[in-house]
Amino acid sequence: MTVFIIRRLLQSVVVVAVMSLLVFVGVNIVGDPVDMLINPEADQAEIERVIRDLGLDRPLHEQYGYFVVNALQGDLGDSFIFGQPALQLIIERMPATFELAIAALLLAVVLGIPLGVLAGLRPDAGWSRTIMAGSILGFSLPSFWVGIMMIMLFAVMLGWLPSTGRGDTVPVLGVEVSFLTRDGLSHLLLPAINLSLFKLSLVIRLARAGTREAIHQDYIKFARAKGLSETRVVLVHLLKNIMIPVVTVLGLEFGGLVAFSVVTESVFAWPGMGKLIIDSLHELDRPVVVAYLMIVVLMFVIINLVVDIVYSILDPRVRLQDTRA
Amino acid sequence: MQIHRFLIGCAIAGMMAAPAWGEDGTLTVGLKAEPSSIDPHYHNLGPNNSMAAHYFSRLVEQDDKLRLLPGLAESWQPISDTTWEFKLRQGVKFHDGSDFTADDVMFTFERAQDVPKSPSSFATYLKGKSFTKVDDYTLHITTERPYPLMPVDMAAVPIISADVGEGVTTGDFNSGKAAIGTGPYRFVEWVPGDRLVIERNEDYFDAMPEWERIVFKPIKSGPARVAALLAGDVDFIDNVPPVDIARLQGEEGVQLSQGVSSRVIYLHMDQFREDSPFVKANGGGEIKNPLLDVRVRKAISKAIDRDAIVDRVMEGVAIKAGQLLPEGFFGVTPNLSPEPYDPEGAKALLAEAGHPDGFELTIHGPNDRYINDARICEAVAQMLSRIGIRTAVETMPKAVYFRRASRGGADNSPEFSFILVGWGSGTGESSSPLRSLLHTYDKDRGFGASNRGRHSDAEIDTLIEDALATVDDTARLGLLQKATELAIGRNQGIIPTHYQVNTWAGRTGLSYTARADERTIAMGVTSDR
Repeated sequence: MTVFIIRRLLQSVVVVAVMSLLVFVGVNIVGDPVDMLINPEADQAEIERVIRDLGLDRPLHEQYGYFVVNALQGDLGDSFIFGQPALQLIIERMPATFELAIAALLLAVVLGIPLGVLAGLRPDAGWSRTIMAGSILGFSLPSFWVGIMMIMLFAVMLGWLPSTGRGDTVPVLGVEVSFLTRDGLSHLLLPAINLSLFKLSLVIRLARAGTREAIHQDYIKFARAKGLSETRVVLVHLLKNIMIPVVTVLGLEFGGLVAFSVVTESVFAWPGMGKLIIDSLHELDRPVVVAYLMIVVLMFVIINLVVDIVYSILDPRVRLQDTRA
Repeated sequence: MQIHRFLIGCAIAGMMAAPAWGEDGTLTVGLKAEPSSIDPHYHNLGPNNSMAAHYFSRLVEQDDKLRLLPGLAESWQPISDTTWEFKLRQGVKFHDGSDFTADDVMFTFERAQDVPKSPSSFATYLKGKSFTKVDDYTLHITTERPYPLMPVDMAAVPIISADVGEGVTTGDFNSGKAAIGTGPYRFVEWVPGDRLVIERNEDYFDAMPEWERIVFKPIKSGPARVAALLAGDVDFIDNVPPVDIARLQGEEGVQLSQGVSSRVIYLHMDQFREDSPFVKANGGGEIKNPLLDVRVRKAISKAIDRDAIVDRVMEGVAIKAGQLLPEGFFGVTPNLSPEPYDPEGAKALLAEAGHPDGFELTIHGPNDRYINDARICEAVAQMLSRIGIRTAVETMPKAVYFRRASRGGADNSPEFSFILVGWGSGTGESSSPLRSLLHTYDKDRGFGASNRGRHSDAEIDTLIEDALATVDDTARLGLLQKATELAIGRNQGIIPTHYQVNTWAGRTGLSYTARADERTIAMGVTSDR
């Protein structure tokens, strides 16, 4: 077991190292941030001062060397634009993104499972077909377009919900959250629905498929034969069993939800890290882009590491195979 | 049903949270770009300078047409060839109640030249000048050579309070601790990416602005900004996307404000390489760069149908250009007008220059920098193809484009042969584009920094340098006009196509004094009540 974990840890370190090189080089060969930063009226001397100050006059391998040395000490560099540590900028905006992602996940589960189960129980009914058709739309419509359409409908035409920003926030354990104020909640709703549509469709499909399969299982037939009410059969026996794949998939998809928030955050001007990263890409704020990508890489590496370890505990075959190899 | 009720509840809550404009004196503004800092000397760039103008004053202010107005300085005049005297306004108070004196100006000018990590410094306006405090309300500024642009430079640097102390950091400004100015608004809070809030300074020394409180919201996406206005979440937006202008004109409840900017969109041509990388003979062979020949450059200018660009590509929202600045600005010459569309004349000139069958060319341009930039490139390419110059189009994001256009070639020379660019004159006079775009590229003396075609003419260089050392306005005007006439009329160093017109939109009843420097200044938003 220890050998297995050490081996996996070493592999993770290699992955992070290789990714840091790819990300750093990839981001640094595109364009020149100086042209984005500097006032056009500046003369050549000023342009050269900025190039020197940002360290862009040094060869790329030297810049990468500095980056690695500093990164090992927890310093991912300062934003070219804001002059603040890139890591701090990202962490400041993290709560907004996580709030949005969690709200979207909750919506997907709360709406998706009942709809999926309903569609699975009566697959031939008209409303079942409607639900499934809806889930196809949820999969296939681009979220940028859906977001704008939702703004046009709910904010512009009906005037029910605000179209932009985050609204009032209150601090909870030092983190600003918006779902505890009415104003904040009304701002959260549209972006959360927009972000959840894809996952919602996924949950509906998973729940429906699970229901279709479970309904013919012996334990359901036995429960019915025992004379249990239909409500109890569905809510207890069926639901418990279809939850396993749903929970597994959603756990893995949460990272994707955070990543997908880039589009939703741009449309709704949600002040999260997705919007930060897209702005930083446009303005070539390299340290922020690199820091963000490194955080994402680290996040996925850790998730995978944990999953691998959990699997190896659950399934000895994985462990044994790996030790032999 | 439950969800329905919930939605209605939220809607009511939302409406209560966002009252119509003016009811409580609050104006909510949706901005395309937010500042990178509250520190007025950290980053010399449009969004920062626009924002700083709300809470900091300058010695000299600029009106919507960039004409100079008294700010913290009541008056200014040259007292010798090389010294300017600024008389400061008395009785002005900072937001913290302290008095404004020459000490604050001295402190500001020292600090502004050296802000750590500044990505674009204000030293541009301050270096080479020595500042002397004569008394609490008099300042002398001396330069080595006569310097006519002194008042314009002083309109660029926001004045901070000396009380914030030595070693004040950019972070102190962002937190609000040091954000103490003399401007019409006082800084309240900034949540990056979400909002920037300011409140009226009731002790402001000049005309009191209409709005008690202003909330700026950054909404980068164009369609989302328009939607936020239509939904009533913001009262006023800048940078209305051109595709939405026609629709918004017909929309009830929306009022547009438009104005010409000091930004000219122009074409720059390679005038320094015999063998230019994106000019080929018909069929792709080598050819001596025809753009070196003034007749070819004039032919290209004649081949461009500026009316079509304005009417079709810009949908009427632009003004065709024949020189560096639109009418009304200092240095504009009455002797240059937009070149009329003349394809026959263009073909004749091409033939005269030895290219009766034309040649092959590639136009490069950005696709996310100027209004409709990529579409203008396409239109220009078609117009040139019509006179026999078969033109290909290559556009790219500004993040990639500007580096290649300025320094992408061998020895950091410009990479392209024929490009589309824009130039906004911050000074509001033609010396700015003349020295940056048309003066010979001279790194050591800071001339021609954006001369990407490397146009070079000793006679014009002398005129520009003389103008920049002539304090007398009438004499300077003559020099600038002459330089413009030679550089464009005679040499066709660049080909201006049009002046950009910018569009703002607000709720009906809100109008904006469109600014030539493209800034969004909330003091310029007025209601008809």
